[in-house]
Amino acid sequence: MIAAAPALGEAASDRVVSAWRALGTVEDPEIPALSLVDLGIVRFVKTDPDGVLQVGISPTYTGCPATEVIRQLVERALNDTGVGPVAVIHVLSPAWSSEWISSEGRRKLAAYGIVPPRDADSSRPVACPRCHSEDTECISRFGSTPCKALHRCRQCLEPFEYFKCI
Amino acid sequence: MSAAATNVARLLYRYVLRVGDLSLVLGQRLGEWVGHAPALEEDLGLANVALDLIGQARLLLAYAGELEGRDRGEDDIAFLREQGEYLNPTLVEQPNGDFGQTIVRQVLIGAFQLELYERLVDSADERLAAIAAKAVKECRYHLRYGSDWLVRLGDGTQESHARAQSALERLWPYTTELFAEDDLDREMADCGIAPRLAEVHAAWSVRINALLAEATLDRPRDRAYRWFGKQGEHSEHLGYILADMQYLQRAYPGARW
Repeated sequence: MIAAAPALGEAASDRVVSAWRALGTVEDPEIPALSLVDLGIVRFVKTDPDGVLQVGISPTYTGCPATEVIRQLVERALNDTGVGPVAVIHVLSPAWSSEWISSEGRRKLAAYGIVPPRDADSSRPVACPRCHSEDTECISRFGSTPCKALHRCRQCLEPFEYFKCI
Repeated sequence: MSAAATNVARLLYRYVLRVGDLSLVLGQRLGEWVGHAPALEEDLGLANVALDLIGQARLLLAYAGELEGRDRGEDDIAFLREQGEYLNPTLVEQPNGDFGQTIVRQVLIGAFQLELYERLVDSADERLAAIAAKAVKECRYHLRYGSDWLVRLGDGTQESHARAQSALERLWPYTTELFAEDDLDREMADCGIAPRLAEVHAAWSVRINALLAEATLDRPRDRAYRWFGKQGEHSEHLGYILADMQYLQRAYPGARW
């Protein structure tokens, strides 16, 4: 798993540190339990030679309607923090992967009632977030947002959401 | 820029439109199911696939606009071109028909998109490669959805099997166009920008044969065809899609929301 947390070396300036801190408080518009940093969509924060703070963001899905809102939220949060001129850059490659969701993000997702994506090599069934039974079934590959699928527990019969693994 | 480089940029513009228009028109078609699918889950499923396709089209058309160099953005290109300037294959503009026909079309074109994007990931053009790297993951997921349904319909009741087979017979002739290599395909492959269509065809065939076997459907014979949407010669159906899709921009030029 790639850690979504920033690698803050000695060179990281105060601006970069403040920016990461501010981004860590911006909620994802579709899943407010997670911050953009938890979700792993903030790819980098760096200062360019002209002193503009560049923030790289990867969309989870190309058609995700939240992408534009996220851009605005990022700009607003950074303006409010007073870190100076900011440029938000969309980064397509490497493509965002559900593996980039941080461990903290996975914990928050589970607490929110959404089953976090499994590791790619896991063969275990998706467990019910309520009764923890592994006797579950997928009822729809697509859910209420592009990033989720719908499942149902055969034991407690409750439907639940699963964060798609891509 | 040298004359040769200008020529490649011009050809690349057309090629990117070809890939992007496929997503745009198919996304628009699938969007027609919203509120009409057989069950809420399928309404969500088809709408989600459509949304991803429109997202891919946005990335590709925005890039086409830059390559063209006439200061046209993704919206100008999507909403203000004439029918003959659309370069999508004829298959994706075919009417949705019943749910079975939509699923068959989805599998035929979805398998093509997947095989194409898997190879465009290694394109000599970095931007196209980056877009493909993103799109390929979505297409893989879409094809799983389509394949599940194809097997359920084909290997389902007598009625669902008959309808799926009839949709397959109806749509099959349009698949020939996907693999008919023209000058543009050849030049792009020569530059290492696009894969050879013969290679895509072979991989597509293996995938489709396996799926059809699982769905207990018979692969139709290849037949002669006349449409060549990817060169701008479309069936009667595209005009109706565009009339609907472009209405707002035509009626209120420059409208923003």
